[in-house]
Amino acid sequence: MLDVLIFATLNGLVTGLLLFMLASGLTLIFSMMGVLNFAHASFYMLGAYFAYSLSLYFGFWTGLIFAPLIVGVLGALVERYGLRRVHQAGHVAELVFTFGLAFLIEEAVQFFWGRDTKSYQSPDVLNFALFTLFGQEFSAYRGFMIAISVGIFIGLYYVLTRSRVGIIIQAAITHPNTVANLGHNVPLIFMGVFGVGTALAGVAGVIAGPVLTTFPGMATVLGSIVFVIVVIGGLGSLAGAFIASLLIGLLQSFAIASDVGMEDLLDLFGISFPYDHALADLWGLTLPQVAPILPFLLLVLVLIFRPTGLMGKREE
Amino acid sequence: MVILQTLVKKFGIWVAYLAVLLLLPQLFDSILAISIYNQMAIAIVFALSYNMLLGQGGMLSFGHAVYFGMGGFLGVHTLLMIENESVYFSVMWVPFIGGLFGLLCALFIGSFSTRKAGTVFAMISLGIGELIAASSLIFVDFFGGEAGISGDRTFGPTFFGVDFAQNIQIYYLAAIWTFIATIFMYLFTQTPAGRMANAVRDNPIRAEFIGYSARRVRFISFCAAGLFAGVAGGLFALNYEFITEENLNAATSGRVLLMAYIGGLGYFIGPIIGAVLLTLMNTLLSTYTDLWLLYLGILFLLTVMFLPRGFAGFIMMHQVAWLRGRLTSLIKPYLITGLPALVFLLGVVTLIELIHTEDETLSIWGLSLTPASVPTWIVLIAITGAAFYGIRRSLPQLREAWHAANKPDGEGN
Repeated sequence: MLDVLIFATLNGLVTGLLLFMLASGLTLIFSMMGVLNFAHASFYMLGAYFAYSLSLYFGFWTGLIFAPLIVGVLGALVERYGLRRVHQAGHVAELVFTFGLAFLIEEAVQFFWGRDTKSYQSPDVLNFALFTLFGQEFSAYRGFMIAISVGIFIGLYYVLTRSRVGIIIQAAITHPNTVANLGHNVPLIFMGVFGVGTALAGVAGVIAGPVLTTFPGMATVLGSIVFVIVVIGGLGSLAGAFIASLLIGLLQSFAIASDVGMEDLLDLFGISFPYDHALADLWGLTLPQVAPILPFLLLVLVLIFRPTGLMGKREE
Repeated sequence: MVILQTLVKKFGIWVAYLAVLLLLPQLFDSILAISIYNQMAIAIVFALSYNMLLGQGGMLSFGHAVYFGMGGFLGVHTLLMIENESVYFSVMWVPFIGGLFGLLCALFIGSFSTRKAGTVFAMISLGIGELIAASSLIFVDFFGGEAGISGDRTFGPTFFGVDFAQNIQIYYLAAIWTFIATIFMYLFTQTPAGRMANAVRDNPIRAEFIGYSARRVRFISFCAAGLFAGVAGGLFALNYEFITEENLNAATSGRVLLMAYIGGLGYFIGPIIGAVLLTLMNTLLSTYTDLWLLYLGILFLLTVMFLPRGFAGFIMMHQVAWLRGRLTSLIKPYLITGLPALVFLLGVVTLIELIHTEDETLSIWGLSLTPASVPTWIVLIAITGAAFYGIRRSLPQLREAWHAANKPDGEGN
């Protein structure tokens, strides 16, 4: 029991941190431009694919450095030549634009790399067990994922709160016009933040690619979950996104690792149903079965009862 | 005479619409054509119902396929019930049953999701869409798991001897249903509820000030949209006799958004154009190239960026010039820009296909090109680049002509 608990926690942590790497960029972009970027997870997928192609020729580490850079430049270009143009038409048009972009990127990935799963591998250096607990191995690569994500967050936190650039960015979020009057190029800041946000998604893609497999559907798999996180955490709140990422990561890994179900719950109340009952599917539900829908259930509940999310202040 | 004129003006377009729907099978009557017509009819109803949400009511939904799918699933279950003789009516009522179920789902979900418009509504619709799509794999009894459920439409009483076994019979039935649904959706836009939906879309605060609850207005539009999406789902059930989880997941929701947007939001005819266009792409273009989804994505992004009101909006843009009788002055500039634009388009498509192909030669537009030869590439890129330059050069002239054509009368240069 204890080993399940520990490994579920560790796996939840890995997933949660990975999710936060996506959610942090998404929520930063949202608080700045008010755009919920539907294509954010597509940049994550592009990161994985670029890193895969680079790793074929130059090895994993080159991919880790250059793939996010390429993704970031692409993201900045999308902001400059796409999003800025659509911006005048309002938020709905922007949301629709990023939706279309996500659609297009998925098709473009299939065009350039094909529909099959790519055998993008973690580097040999990290192919050993970091530690063995209760007979189960925890791979060094997962430890590396934790280290990278934590490192990036500390860096991001430091840049945002301590550096001059970070202070200008923070000011531009709340008072863009004042910042512009002070002589800063606000559109350029927006473009930069969009680029850095997408580059972060790219990093997530590079390090998640070998673990979560690199295939054209990987953006769809993660995309809606990241949305759930930024909404649950409260739109525009970095701290909220952090809590929600870990919450969702842990929730999913515990739900998958558990073996309880509706029957156990009903047993508690002393209720039982015949197996040929019309709603037998409902009474026989197990927690691992519903694990994929838990985030969405949480999303709908949060939106109904607390539309601002856990930490959000901003009312629509 | 005057009465006749008003009659023609008022009902002419509807008579023409019905005539087109009913005469289409005379134009092409192959099995493929009929199956495309059927898909079009379903898509038209579905896209129009989506327009009630986004175009008329300003609610961006990423989960509209839920009501379509729910209507479809209950439609197939109704077919099964007719087969088992648990109920006794003609299969022609299946779309009606589907619509009722769509309405029921919309009543339930709309009761909490329509509180806000904008991003919150979009997120709730996305969450519910994912929730239902994932649940459909869990509740196997109703949804049939990944395989879906299938029925048979040949049972039950006939309608004056028509048993709806043939696809062509289903087409006429679908045409009638599409016509009825279109009329009702149009009439809805004329009701106070439909008018207020526009008001709430444009400015919810003002609408509240004159005494309307924005939430209630949105709720009414939402339920109506659910009803007609369910009708479309019922038509789908009747046409295909099976339905799977794919028909209520996010991909289907996305497709209806694409249809409505490319066709043109806010114009009643827009979604019809979009539905016809996308069905044609889905059925015909996909036989020529397996990259049609890529082209669709490019088309969609270009529409969002350059024609935010879609194809219908593009046509309606010319209204002013037409009323002023200056539409003819635009023909020449359109041709001058349109020609290089066409060449550019063909060039880009050829390049994309050339990159994609794995064969030794690529047959396209009657040419046969070899991807391995460098001169082919150079010539193609040169032509495409020249065409792009041509567009850039002629665009200012077009813009000038456009302004001249739209200028109010009596204004000097």
